Amino acid sequence: MKKIGNQTYVLSKPVNILSTACIVGPKEKDGPLNAYFDQCLEDEFWGENSWEKAESKIIKETVNMAIAKSKIASSAIDFCFAGDLLNQCISSSFGLRESNLPFFGIFGACSTFGEALTLGSITIDGDFATNVVCAASSHFCSAEKQFRFPLELGNQRTPSSQWTVTGSGSAVLSKDGEGPYITALTPGKIVDMGIKDANNMGAAMAGAAQDTLLCHFKDTGRKPSYYDAIFTGDLGHIGKDILIDLMDSKGYNIRANYNDCGVLIFDKDAQDTHAGGSGCGCSASVFCGYISHMFKEGKYKKILLMPTGALMNSTTSQQGESIPGIAHAVSIEAQFPTDLQS
Amino acid sequence: MKQINSKEEYQQYVDQKTPNSPILKNCFNSFWVGGLICAIGQIIFEICKTRGIDETLSYTIVSIILIFISAFLTALNLFNKIGKFAGAGSLIPITGFANSIVSPAMEYKSEGYVMGVGAKMFTVAGPVLVYGISSSIIVGIIYLIFNTQSITLI
Repeated sequence: MKKIGNQTYVLSKPVNILSTACIVGPKEKDGPLNAYFDQCLEDEFWGENSWEKAESKIIKETVNMAIAKSKIASSAIDFCFAGDLLNQCISSSFGLRESNLPFFGIFGACSTFGEALTLGSITIDGDFATNVVCAASSHFCSAEKQFRFPLELGNQRTPSSQWTVTGSGSAVLSKDGEGPYITALTPGKIVDMGIKDANNMGAAMAGAAQDTLLCHFKDTGRKPSYYDAIFTGDLGHIGKDILIDLMDSKGYNIRANYNDCGVLIFDKDAQDTHAGGSGCGCSASVFCGYISHMFKEGKYKKILLMPTGALMNSTTSQQGESIPGIAHAVSIEAQFPTDLQS
Repeated sequence: MKQINSKEEYQQYVDQKTPNSPILKNCFNSFWVGGLICAIGQIIFEICKTRGIDETLSYTIVSIILIFISAFLTALNLFNKIGKFAGAGSLIPITGFANSIVSPAMEYKSEGYVMGVGAKMFTVAGPVLVYGISSSIIVGIIYLIFNTQSITLI
């Protein structure tokens, strides 16, 4: 691994994405990406008696499915990096307690999947592991319960609020394989734009997304047009527009090939999801479903995935603190690139 | 777009970029749904009256019936839909109060009847009770002061 510029790392050996899997809830099933998910649930409980248990089951089954698809024995997996939104990351640790894998529970709010891919790649590139499994999950009901109000409360959501995705995505990374490859990483810094409105996460995270994206372009010398597509995690409709404007002001036009997983996963008008999807499961399930599918079909050859996170909890919001954001960029390509090796 | 150099500039830019709630539509819906709930209350009251029940008891019967309907609709996953449509229209009458107690009770049932339902039941309604009761005490004290000095307000 080699550091270029301020904070971008180029992997010296290809880290393969051997397999991906995703399981999502019923609302995501009704959304536009329905055809790309491995499994869609009929209800939010999935036979369990609490939402927390349901979320644990979702991440457990998703990780099992990704390992099964990769065709390597689970005993050959060296590490598991997984995280979620619930206090003390209990969905991941409870879901994976029977998995028998060396486990790192991680938290990066909704950027967790980017963090997992980054840490997994570093571990493999540094020869500390041969195979690593990465996962992230979120659940609409458990997130509402923890961060907002009871589900049955008759209140109104603001137009800028986002809808937490029920779902999980998991990817098996390996030293061996035929791609797609993780080729470069730009881990993000914590950026606080001073936004205090917990119902406008897109605006709070857009600054961090801009910071990481600018760094990535400056460090690598790549232009936005280098990528077939650039995806942020869950900026939603408002955050997406803001990021386009912010990048414009710095002289980068990303309109042509930029989209947001939170915008893609729901049909805003038909599904009444206001500013779009959010949650760890948003970028994880869109990447493991839709984007991996596009790689398989050969429609994408080079993409930049940049899951975004709002690093706050309900106590900090109530205390009137602003919301710091973070975004980790992961460059994924069908061929190992030559432009960064010199 | 011009460069953003400070948090204040960013906040201004975000405010202008973020759509506002549809206030006129929300007000209209809350007005007629709120009015409808009150009209239903009045109808129940009139029925009680024609059956010869005295006024104080009739008011109690109206409250009991409206609270029951609201709690029942909450359990059926319907009240949140009404609340989303009507906002303050269904929140301000006693129906909203019932919903704010029943919904956390349902939500926290998974944590047991004592630390779940019992402890969390008033998480939403608690502030309303605290400040409602406190302000009624303050008003009561003011009334008492003026009343004892034989200045009759009412």
